[in-house]
Amino acid sequence: MAAIQATQPPVRHSRISKVGGPQSAWGTAAAYVVGAIIIVVTIVPLLYVILGGFRTTAQINEHPAGLPSPWVWDNYKSILTSGSFWHFLLNSTLIAIIATGLTVVLGAMAAFALSRYVFRGRDGLYAFFTIGLMFPLTVAALPLYLQLRRLGLLENLWGVAIPEAAFSLSITIVILRPFMRAIPAELEDAAVVDGSSRLGFFWRVLLPLSAPALTTVAVLAFVTSWNFYILPLLVFNDQIHFTLPLGVATFQSQYSQDTAKVFAFTSLSMLPTLFFFVIAQRRIVGGLTGAVKG
Amino acid sequence: MSSGSRTTVRSGEVLPDVVPSSRGTRRLGRAKARPSWRQRFELSLLLGPAIILFVGFVIMPIAVAVYYSIYKWNGFGPLNDVIGLENYRRAFKDSVFVHGIYHNLIIAGLSLFIQLPLSIAIALLINRKMRGRGFLRLVVFAPYVLSAAVTAVTWMLMLQPGGFVDQVFKNVGAGGLRQLWLGDTHIVLYTIFVVATWQYMGFGIVLLLAGLQGIPHELREAAALDGATPWQTTRMVTLPLLGPTIRIWIFLSMIGSLQLFDLPWIMTGGGPAGASTTMATYLIDKGFRSYEFGYGSAVAVILFLFCFIFALVYQRFALRRDTEGAMTRMAG
Repeated sequence: MAAIQATQPPVRHSRISKVGGPQSAWGTAAAYVVGAIIIVVTIVPLLYVILGGFRTTAQINEHPAGLPSPWVWDNYKSILTSGSFWHFLLNSTLIAIIATGLTVVLGAMAAFALSRYVFRGRDGLYAFFTIGLMFPLTVAALPLYLQLRRLGLLENLWGVAIPEAAFSLSITIVILRPFMRAIPAELEDAAVVDGSSRLGFFWRVLLPLSAPALTTVAVLAFVTSWNFYILPLLVFNDQIHFTLPLGVATFQSQYSQDTAKVFAFTSLSMLPTLFFFVIAQRRIVGGLTGAVKG
Repeated sequence: MSSGSRTTVRSGEVLPDVVPSSRGTRRLGRAKARPSWRQRFELSLLLGPAIILFVGFVIMPIAVAVYYSIYKWNGFGPLNDVIGLENYRRAFKDSVFVHGIYHNLIIAGLSLFIQLPLSIAIALLINRKMRGRGFLRLVVFAPYVLSAAVTAVTWMLMLQPGGFVDQVFKNVGAGGLRQLWLGDTHIVLYTIFVVATWQYMGFGIVLLLAGLQGIPHELREAAALDGATPWQTTRMVTLPLLGPTIRIWIFLSMIGSLQLFDLPWIMTGGGPAGASTTMATYLIDKGFRSYEFGYGSAVAVILFLFCFIFALVYQRFALRRDTEGAMTRMAG
């Protein structure tokens, strides 16, 4: 897929305005207005949910668009002390770490072979790996479920993590291969002269040099896994295994009478993501957009 | 990826054969004359695990779905009731499924004709020196990293009858606009489209901004010197050069539209009365609510073909141009 191919290491774009548009005063004014509208439309729903968690259901029913008065901490407190939220958080984290680890390790190994070895069928094999880009996991969810059942992986964190890793392999290889290919052959020669084996070169030279691309694919795999809904939905029945997205959706339907709790639960489950996003925004934005830039 | 159209792989090609390593090695890694068993060993070590994982969990499920799809099967008990293509015939006769396809196509169309132009306009507009640019980029991207489940529940809370959205409309004097956002069969699909736009548009904008970054400043300046108005420059220089980014946006957006599941499943369960059913919600509904695994597999195969054929055709006719150089693109 030419589409999803990063032909070079992801570039960081910190200066947006180098390509000056028509810098007319009107245009600039319009830009501020549009920018402000975008910010409001984006932030208000998030703020509404977070603030709603500080209200009681009665308050919410009476004034849907009001502010907390008085501020109530009980919703957040009861969720943070109940344990299920922490369970969901832990499950999401474990699954995302396993899926990311698997896909980055196996993807890097495969990309190394596909970029720096010469063998028959190499391009065909690469094309084969890109098939995964052409259809999303959602499409394969039902047959995957049957497969996992056969393998006895239902109600098992690995049953979610392994298919996620498998589906992330395509984009991982597509990003890593050109990156590894671009690393000069002289380095490999030098390593060989120094008595390094090819695998030694991979481990000691190529992997460290590929760090930026590895970060990109890791971010991509982690975010994808963290937010995944359909597979956990099918694989887990027992709430003890639920991930955060599954937990949010379930909590919403279970506590539909206690709206304030739903508010609190929803905002608590977006906070880890938002926090992670704010501290690592460069890597995440660069990773997610860099991955698909042609 | 130049060889992407060649996706058929015979089993022999999956396990790599080793070529005597003298020819062609100069271009890439320099395999010195090594015993070929060693390269063979290294290759299986490096590629084996990835191939097993990929074949086992990406290729196999789809292949097996094709097999199941000719059976009538409830997911348990023996597979012994072959009904041929009956499942497929049934799917295309079921008006709920056919409407599901329409709904996917409507979402795809709205994305293409509303979301894309809007995203391009916004990206062009905010691609300039302005205060708080970094913050704007951060905020606009944020919904994209949230899970669709969180987005769905957030908007369900906002859209409750008489809830926040209705209140806002009322307070700005547009109370007449109040609707049963998720309960009216004529509106629910568009509501879901708006929510999807809230979640995904920021990603597109940031992608387009990055694309705009790649356009050399000089080109716009040259056009301006030649007397082009800003609008002409945008239309004749900037937009064509943004082509590759736009084509990728379209690809991602179309695949996303075809597989739309999380939002409608959580917000409406595909309802009311099938008004927000998509192919994917229909698939899961049939498979897991009514335990029709044979039939569900057939629907999965149909959905797969939609995505796959779109991807192949799009790649062949639209994305192929992007492998040519920037100069040829400009001339074209």
